[in-house]
Amino acid sequence: MILPWRLGGLALGLVFLAAVVLVKPIGVSTQFVIFDGILWDAINPAVVVESVESKSGYASSNAYLDKSGGSYAKNVANPLNYGFVFVVAMILGAAVSALLRGGVPKAERSMPPVWRANFGDSPGKRYLVAFVSGFLVLYGARLAGGCTSGHMMSGMMQTAVSGYIFAAGAFLAGIPLALYLFRKEA
Amino acid sequence: MTTILLAIVIGGAFGFVLDRIGATNPNVIIGMLRLGNLHLMKTILLAIGVSSLLMFAGLLAGVVDPGHLSVKSAYFGVFLGGILLGLGFAAAGYCPGTGLAAAATGRKDALAFVLGGLLGAAAYMASYAWVETTGVLDSILGGKTTLGAVAGTDYPALFPGLSGEVLGIAVGVALIIVAFLLPDSLRPGEGIAATHKGHHAHS
Repeated sequence: MILPWRLGGLALGLVFLAAVVLVKPIGVSTQFVIFDGILWDAINPAVVVESVESKSGYASSNAYLDKSGGSYAKNVANPLNYGFVFVVAMILGAAVSALLRGGVPKAERSMPPVWRANFGDSPGKRYLVAFVSGFLVLYGARLAGGCTSGHMMSGMMQTAVSGYIFAAGAFLAGIPLALYLFRKEA
Repeated sequence: MTTILLAIVIGGAFGFVLDRIGATNPNVIIGMLRLGNLHLMKTILLAIGVSSLLMFAGLLAGVVDPGHLSVKSAYFGVFLGGILLGLGFAAAGYCPGTGLAAAATGRKDALAFVLGGLLGAAAYMASYAWVETTGVLDSILGGKTTLGAVAGTDYPALFPGLSGEVLGIAVGVALIIVAFLLPDSLRPGEGIAATHKGHHAHS
């Protein structure tokens, strides 16, 4: 079911190459902020406003959305932009692939076997840890200015020093924690 | 409009391939981080190596626009953020891209991860002004630095005397070699080869 690594690596590499040749390097985690911004702006339209003084033409009362001349504020105001549509398409692409291969087995939809082998059957426990992990991962990705896609893959592809620093942090923390948490294979 | 079309095509291909290499499966991600199954690590190293090699060769040949490169800034927060991400990556088996893709394949724990992620991103938005005052966002090592100097860009180089393109090709080739040399598993009796031997000889 999983592609042999030579074929899968080549396919993934060509997608990253196509992105930088045709548009720009791939990134994902910024769009969590853009989606939050869209929700927030829907509740309170004063969050993102048009501004002639701002470089992007948009400004925000939130310092993060307002940074770099309001570039995030602009994307919140215009969700039909490259980065946001890219991530929506990524979600659809994964859904199509899963449909074509017959989907995820029912027993695995709430937790992977390696979790079940080490922590038991409770879906609530698994969802709670997944939720807290999601919080840490996205807070970390935004602090770092990118995630596994933007820093590790796109960054290392371009020999960006920031990409190596990020990968070092992620694996220095991730490998010991995974070794500690998941003693049993499955 | 063309860029939106490209977003759909490249984004769709990215999501499709992420699913096909097993990156939407937290069992595979956790298996990699606990060093029991390095198949995905080999896949990713090969992908970075191939894209790096071809991109820098394309830059040398003049068929890749150096203006398309986008190098992110280096600062201490990149390392700190990497650590936070690494912890959640290990516990959940998802990162931002694969979490979204996995939720789309029907995984409910991935949906919980994505909701937590939206809250984490919101928390960063709320705390950004404070984070900035701590100095962890201040550039180090020249900021948007690459290993060597890349023609047609003004990114500072860690080794200014060396060609960024040649260095990029060399690093790309090195990553491909590492992908081939890396064993399937660093834990005896685990990994894809061991699994296949145990259950069905060929698949």
